[in-house]
Amino acid sequence: MIQARGLTKFYGEVRAIHDLSFEIADGEIVGVLGLNGAGKSTLLQILSGALYPTSGQVAIGGIDAAEAPAEIRRRIGFLPEEPPLYREMTVDGYLRFVGRLKGMGAADVERRLGEVCESTGITAVRPNVISTLSHGYRKRVGIAQAIINEPALLILDEPISGLDPEQIAEMRDMIRGLRGKHTILLSSHILTEISRTCDRIVMIKGGEIVASGTEEELVAQFATGENLVLLLRGDRDAIDAHMAADERVLEHEVCGAIGDVIEVRVTLDGDIREQLVPSLVEAGFGLRGMSSAEQELERAFLTLTGTGGPA
Amino acid sequence: MTNVMLIVRRELSSYFTTLTGYVVAAVMLAICGLLFNTVALGGTAKYSEEVLRMFFYFMSGTVMVGAIFLSMRLLAEERQNGTLTVLYTSPVSDWQIVVGKYLSALLFLGLIVALSLYMPALIFVNGKVSIGHIFAGTLGLVLLGSASVAIGTFGSAVTRSQVVAAAVSGALIVTFLLMWKLAKIASPPLDDIFGAMSLFDKHFQPAMKGIVNLRDIVFYLSVTFFFLLSTTKIIEARRWR
Repeated sequence: MIQARGLTKFYGEVRAIHDLSFEIADGEIVGVLGLNGAGKSTLLQILSGALYPTSGQVAIGGIDAAEAPAEIRRRIGFLPEEPPLYREMTVDGYLRFVGRLKGMGAADVERRLGEVCESTGITAVRPNVISTLSHGYRKRVGIAQAIINEPALLILDEPISGLDPEQIAEMRDMIRGLRGKHTILLSSHILTEISRTCDRIVMIKGGEIVASGTEEELVAQFATGENLVLLLRGDRDAIDAHMAADERVLEHEVCGAIGDVIEVRVTLDGDIREQLVPSLVEAGFGLRGMSSAEQELERAFLTLTGTGGPA
Repeated sequence: MTNVMLIVRRELSSYFTTLTGYVVAAVMLAICGLLFNTVALGGTAKYSEEVLRMFFYFMSGTVMVGAIFLSMRLLAEERQNGTLTVLYTSPVSDWQIVVGKYLSALLFLGLIVALSLYMPALIFVNGKVSIGHIFAGTLGLVLLGSASVAIGTFGSAVTRSQVVAAAVSGALIVTFLLMWKLAKIASPPLDDIFGAMSLFDKHFQPAMKGIVNLRDIVFYLSVTFFFLLSTTKIIEARRWR
């Protein structure tokens, strides 16, 4: 569906993305994951046709974007982070306008209007003026405008930003509901969202792809062991020394104390919790709590983006 | 052409669904009507032809100011609200976007000019003027409006602030208006060039008198084309920014 080769984009002197190359197959849901400023939006805007790359090539469905931009745009639906809505228009009027602008005939637009409103859950607000809608509904209208022309490729930039937890769950279901109808490329800086929605993940840092693959592949490649948070009662230095001496503890960090309870984050050489607990008790420390530090994918993400995790 | 008409329809409807269009139309018609009644019709007795000429004179000023206020939002507002993305990611060329925007503002301005024609009609009924004079003056207003809206569209493309857009367009229009002054102090051949570029003096005065010159039509259409082309280039450049 998408073949990107050597995509680079400069904003003046600032390099937003550098030499990005990747492929996305038909029907895949791919998540672009990266911290704010990593280059996700720039990449998505280039793929949508809103921006031109400084260098590099994009082909969608075998058509070169530089050679036939109008043809490419006909096959794409794009939702930017802030939905591009004409606030004085009604939902119906706006969707009709976008549909016609995308090259659809009037009859096709009318046919799609009902389907799209149904699948995005905006049927009840169709006659409403957009400025009167809540943020959640505006996002839905944004999705509706992106899919009205039944695009082969749907690009969603931070589709859940600004939504409350309930709306996030609804949005997630809505995106999953689009599976099979479109190839979907979505971006987020929220890892759990990408993890729950996408088949494959592309991690970006500093405008470059640092990893790509399924969640399992990334975890297998980058996760370093079992990560736990321990709450121990005892002397801070003694705990520090005990952890340093234990060979099964790959890494540890004494984080802080709440009263006489010390929080320690450890990375273990495998899941050896049953062996670790008796050794702590034997050493005279009171074990007050134990929990997983973070999800494995999160660990891989933090490792790759250089914002945490093992050195 | 379909794409252009789609944009024209959407833009026109936004003039009617927001306050902007009504306010600009009301202010333009009120000012021109006031000037017409107090200055053109008031005071000493005048020939009908002179009254008509004064109507076109007042209307030309309101058309230029109205064009600035109608066009300042065309692209600046789209950038400010992020809706330009809809147009950028649709199979619509940048030229079609610009022409659609321009035409919508020109059509709305044309509607205001049409609404003001009750004043020449009053002179026609109560005095003695030719329909040809009214036609020539109205054509002049539309052409002046066309050039002014094109300049306004250009101003709206250079910034995302509508106030700045209006200021840029206003400055450009005033510059073109003052070209006749520059022509008076410049040496040949610059005096001819500056004179020929005057937005009002050289090209609108004949229309006020009921004369249609091909060179005036060509001038206004050239200014319109130049600024629309420049606007298209700006829009295009933003994709490369």
